[in-house]
Amino acid sequence: MLLEKMKKHRFLFEELVKRDFKKKYKRTVLGVAWSMLAPLLTLLVMAVVFTQFFGRATPHYIIYIFAGNLVFFYYREATSGGMRALVDNSGIFTRVNVPKYIFLLSKNVSSLINFLLTLVIFFAFVAIDGIAFSFKFFLLVYPVVCLLVFNIGLGLILSALYLFFKDTQYLYELFTLMVMYLSAIFYPIDSFPNYLQQLFYLNPVFVYINYFRTIVIHNTVPSLSYHLLCAFYALFVLFIGGYIYKKYNYKFLYYV
Amino acid sequence: MVVELHNVSVRYIIGDFKDIGIKEFVVRKIKGNYQVKEFWAVNDVSFSLDKGDLLGIIGTNGAGKSTLLKVITGIMVPTKGQVQVKGNVAALLELGAGFDGDLTVKENAYLRGAMLGYTRAFMNEKYEEIIAFAELEEFQDRPFKQLSSGMKSRLGFSIACLVNPDILILDEVLAVGDAAFRKKSEQKMMEIINRGATTILVSHSLEQVRRLCNKVLWLHKGKQVAFGEAEEVCNQYEEFIKKK
Repeated sequence: MLLEKMKKHRFLFEELVKRDFKKKYKRTVLGVAWSMLAPLLTLLVMAVVFTQFFGRATPHYIIYIFAGNLVFFYYREATSGGMRALVDNSGIFTRVNVPKYIFLLSKNVSSLINFLLTLVIFFAFVAIDGIAFSFKFFLLVYPVVCLLVFNIGLGLILSALYLFFKDTQYLYELFTLMVMYLSAIFYPIDSFPNYLQQLFYLNPVFVYINYFRTIVIHNTVPSLSYHLLCAFYALFVLFIGGYIYKKYNYKFLYYV
Repeated sequence: MVVELHNVSVRYIIGDFKDIGIKEFVVRKIKGNYQVKEFWAVNDVSFSLDKGDLLGIIGTNGAGKSTLLKVITGIMVPTKGQVQVKGNVAALLELGAGFDGDLTVKENAYLRGAMLGYTRAFMNEKYEEIIAFAELEEFQDRPFKQLSSGMKSRLGFSIACLVNPDILILDEVLAVGDAAFRKKSEQKMMEIINRGATTILVSHSLEQVRRLCNKVLWLHKGKQVAFGEAEEVCNQYEEFIKKK
């Protein structure tokens, strides 16, 4: 059913992705570079500041923080962008009968493309840092897919909330700031006592970051239960988001 | 029957819930002055149309005309009653709205075509025709926000009138652009209608309704006042307006 709908709305979907991309980059070649610059600059600053504190004890520290920034920036961009999907497109769905999640999906596709471009730079850094390529790297598709589903699910929830309450935007900005500090982007978690370390796994963003590090830096495949945890978070938010959209599908109209 | 409505009612909510933040929501809930009012935008409307019928919907502002159209197109679901629509519906609602000011005229044309359910191949084929009909040849690569409102509606109309639907819904779309364009657009509309589409038209021009429609539905504050032969209902409506 969903596939059938996607096929029917494929042209619209493509045009929406194009629109989101064009608007975001304002038609400049530099535009794409700018959006990759944000994680890279953060990486640079963190590397300069924190190598002193954590760099010596952490192997491949640059890759360690890069993996953190890579995943975190993708999560933040996709969800903050996704949050606006309903409000920004209210002019469309109040006039044309189209599935409302299509706007969120198009936003997520343009964020994903951006992420994949940064991922290429990440692998360049990995090579420069002397980490040998391993076939295990292909497993990274798994956390990326989980993250994509997670971002879509969270986007469903946030876009509905933002339509209902306009201050969701500011609250969510604060929330992502906290997520950033709690995701162990620039510090290793082994210095915490064991029970505190366990708490980090309640944070899905950390879980996905950690998957990247386990594969790339430690050349180890995470356990089966770790894979299940990744999928659980993604499907859990997708389920809640899907439920909200199903329940409020026709009520969204009243709020615009 | 192509379109059939049985006792259709739509409950609308209005009130404090719009544009408030979580903080204000909580404060108002606690103070007890969070008010949401319900009203029936469409109240117990029933009618049916056969193939080739041309229905005019008339009524003063706030009569529920646009809400009723949204129900027929499937954008809204009725709170009570049933709607049966056989065949594909093309709805032309508020043509100048829903465009993106930052995109060019060409990009907007494609986006709108996509919204209306066209395919890319179809748009590629018809694009020149659309721009020519809208008389916007020199503006193709301009940002949309630079266009005048008349130009915007003209583009909206030109894209929308390519449809070949079983059921065509027009909300005030024949009031687009200057006199010359209005004449051109009415001709185009008649072409589509003459192909045998069942058409529903919302208009404030009684003269237009009389001239085009064979059936008329008169709504007042959501309630169905009359449904029947165009001439008869139009006369009743005219008398009602005079008395006011």
